[in-house]
Amino acid sequence: MEKDSLLHDLSQKGVSRREFMKFCTAMAAALALPSSFAPQIAEAIEKKKKPTLVWVEYQDCAGNTESLLRATKPTVADLVLDIISVDYHETIMAAAGKQAEKSLFDVINNQKGNYIAVVEGSIPMKDDGVYCTIGGRSATDLVQQVCGNALATIAVGTCACYGGLPAAHPNPTGAVGVKDAVSGIKVVNLPGCPVNVENITATVVHYLTFGALPSTDRLGRPYFAYGERIHDHCERRAHFDAGQFVRQWGDEGHRQGWCLYQMGCKGPETFKNCSVVKYNEGTSWPVQAGHGCIGCASPNFWDTMTPFYRRLPHAPGVSIETTADKIGLGLAAAAAAGVAVHAVASSARKSGHKEE
Amino acid sequence: MPKIVVDPITRIEGHLRIEAKVEGGKIVDAWSSSTMFRGIELILKDRDPRDAWAFTQRICGVCTTVHATASVRAVENALGIVIPDNARIIRNLISGIQQVQDHVIHFYHLHALDWVDIVSALKADPAKTSELAQSISDWPKSSTTYFKAIQDRIKAFVENGQLGPFANAYWGHPAYKLPAEANLMAVAHYLEALDWQRDVIKMQALLGAKNPHAQTYLVGGMSIPIDPNSENAINAGSIAFLKSKAAEALDFVQKVYIPDLLAVASFYKDWAGYGAGLGNYLSYGDFPNDCESNTKNQWLPQGIIKNKDLGKVYPVDHKKISEYVTHSWYEYKEGDAKGKHPWEGETNYKYSGPKPPYEFLDTDNKYTWLKAPRYEEMAMEVGPLSRMLVAYASGHKRVKAVVDSVLQKLGVGAEALFSTLGRVAARGIETLIVAEMLPLWIDELVANIAKGDYKVHNGELWDPSTWPKEAQGYGFHEAPRGALGHWIIIKDGKIANYQCVVPSTWNGSPRDAKGQRGAYEASLIGTPVADPNKPVEILRTVHSFDPCMSCAVHLVDATGKELNMIKVL
Repeated sequence: MEKDSLLHDLSQKGVSRREFMKFCTAMAAALALPSSFAPQIAEAIEKKKKPTLVWVEYQDCAGNTESLLRATKPTVADLVLDIISVDYHETIMAAAGKQAEKSLFDVINNQKGNYIAVVEGSIPMKDDGVYCTIGGRSATDLVQQVCGNALATIAVGTCACYGGLPAAHPNPTGAVGVKDAVSGIKVVNLPGCPVNVENITATVVHYLTFGALPSTDRLGRPYFAYGERIHDHCERRAHFDAGQFVRQWGDEGHRQGWCLYQMGCKGPETFKNCSVVKYNEGTSWPVQAGHGCIGCASPNFWDTMTPFYRRLPHAPGVSIETTADKIGLGLAAAAAAGVAVHAVASSARKSGHKEE
Repeated sequence: MPKIVVDPITRIEGHLRIEAKVEGGKIVDAWSSSTMFRGIELILKDRDPRDAWAFTQRICGVCTTVHATASVRAVENALGIVIPDNARIIRNLISGIQQVQDHVIHFYHLHALDWVDIVSALKADPAKTSELAQSISDWPKSSTTYFKAIQDRIKAFVENGQLGPFANAYWGHPAYKLPAEANLMAVAHYLEALDWQRDVIKMQALLGAKNPHAQTYLVGGMSIPIDPNSENAINAGSIAFLKSKAAEALDFVQKVYIPDLLAVASFYKDWAGYGAGLGNYLSYGDFPNDCESNTKNQWLPQGIIKNKDLGKVYPVDHKKISEYVTHSWYEYKEGDAKGKHPWEGETNYKYSGPKPPYEFLDTDNKYTWLKAPRYEEMAMEVGPLSRMLVAYASGHKRVKAVVDSVLQKLGVGAEALFSTLGRVAARGIETLIVAEMLPLWIDELVANIAKGDYKVHNGELWDPSTWPKEAQGYGFHEAPRGALGHWIIIKDGKIANYQCVVPSTWNGSPRDAKGQRGAYEASLIGTPVADPNKPVEILRTVHSFDPCMSCAVHLVDATGKELNMIKVL
């Protein structure tokens, strides 16, 4: 074991090799890799010195930061003390004002091209960026410098990915996601409102393991977390197929855990792993708690998925095999055409069950 | 001497900037500025009022749930919807654990580093630290070996040279007064609290689907079903889970947070002499005991204290609230000299500050994205201190007992409450008494279920076609950071106007038309600053309010035009 390795540190604080391997196996699962990858993950983590990460917040609510605090695999204390060097994060860092700015610019100047930038919140492009300033500088200006000099950028939460809530109609401040604010940079998008922390830690460990960020779809999202529809792995899918729907909040079907499609659930058109990893160490997730999915990982969901309690319109071509890219295009087309909203679920009809 | 600027103020939520004038080692004037604006007001216009809770919850991810609660209450108030008793209890439990968890995170992770010197902890004697810890609490993690392991971990971290979030701080500053052993104990509990907060909030995740940003709110109730005979609803297993989390929450607060708070405070009693500020305290009260909309029958009482006079508690009338934009980057159509009630509010945003990058704001004119809320033309402080003072002065038995015992343990009088230290103590007191209530609220839920009452939602007015053509309402909530109010006007089933007046707008407010300062500004005056290049003292007082700037930036006003008022509440 190398003296400066992570495992050395971990063993010093009483984490056994066995526990460490358990963590690596869990990470392999989170990354949708076979468990045979666990030794490779372990080896990568053991050898690496702590990579530097800066976490910047612009038009945000800090919900993604709060998510980070709920991390378990590894915990936020392990992440911050042992695995990565979080040199700038306004919500947790001790320094303030000038000293805080120094921490950020030390990284940008001394580790150019060699650090990971994490962005939370959208960037307001209108009116010279006056809608978000830090230390007297606009976010519009800062994000160029922070992300432009980074090895890669991870956008956490739907705001940083695609503009999110501030960008919802009529987008008063000209808010955009990182990819639209800084041209020509490598960005991994981890949408969600807020992001599920399991997907942050899995992305970081993927980077530590393979020395590269995970491959992504057309919308910049890693396949391991956003490759499949919520609907396809939903614990209530059998009720959808059987035509058993909740019709009123608190009715018999609601209490028995029937399908929330008619109450407006957006699971059939949302690509994310909520139904598999759940939240807060698997405690629950919206559908389990009796509320439909609101599609919070989808670009522009505040406009395309609202009203939240309206049943999804007929989306052409919906089938289990449909890819994220096709659905995205289908939705855009549906929205543009102003398709009637009372259409019945094509899947339900196809599977031969009565919808009403 | 020129102004000193602290921007960013870190260890808060959002973007806050303080400019202050220092003379003779003391702050003589201060300006609080929020530097981020999203315009959620314009975004809410014409949306379905039943969706508003999801939008407004995203105002803040730290005070998650609070805007959702205020929002559903406002819509229910406008439409005259009475929620079922179970929904009331579930909301109380979600708010209660939010309060408890958020206050602990504030103490250890957002505020402690203003009082605790991590570097000094390296010099501590683990055996003496163990003695100290055991002298103040019977918390089991207190052995010499335990503190030695924590110290070794910090040592390894520091020797590695990558100090991460702890770099460039004010370590070694003369304002740090704790002995090395107290610092080590606090660092150990900083780390323990990180694990604790993740665990106890699962109580909210169970009732709310996830945390942050719960997703079980509904206008008319909650979406989490109750059925002891179903695997897919709140059942005996869920109750056992909630009880175990509530017990963990209370245990840590009693055995770690409160003893730490008293230990740390005993070294910083001089901070009972700084940071008083306005002396006017507002609380809407919360944790309703019945289901009537905006009921006054609440576990924490509603009221106002003026000019530090605990002898009289004034009632709250929401119509006496108005917001000024004299020093804010907005314009009112009829000029900026007069305030506006939230139902008549306007959000014509217009930046008139310096073009970034800038060094100083033009604090003589407009200098922030916050409006200036006033009650009867007076600036008010809101938050745990306001809630505890209003409850204390109203004769709330448990609040009175705990406040008196804390004052006695610290050997200070009630006047010490009006201070930076008073704010820190009040937050701890509130955490304790709310944590004590959690098991009792779970029992209320159990009693209903045992009677066969599984109702979580009142659907009579769920369909917008059942609504009146026009309606208006408001909803109050006591968020961890203080009094939160949402005001809504509904027209033809859509949002015509939506206004939020939030805790950090009250506290972080700029001057109003009369030049009256907001709470941060007023409380900073007189604060000592030993080294203007390292103003840790500014952080102490500002952090004592637990600022939350994403919340504070004025939000919601869909129309910008006045509607003819429909019904007067």
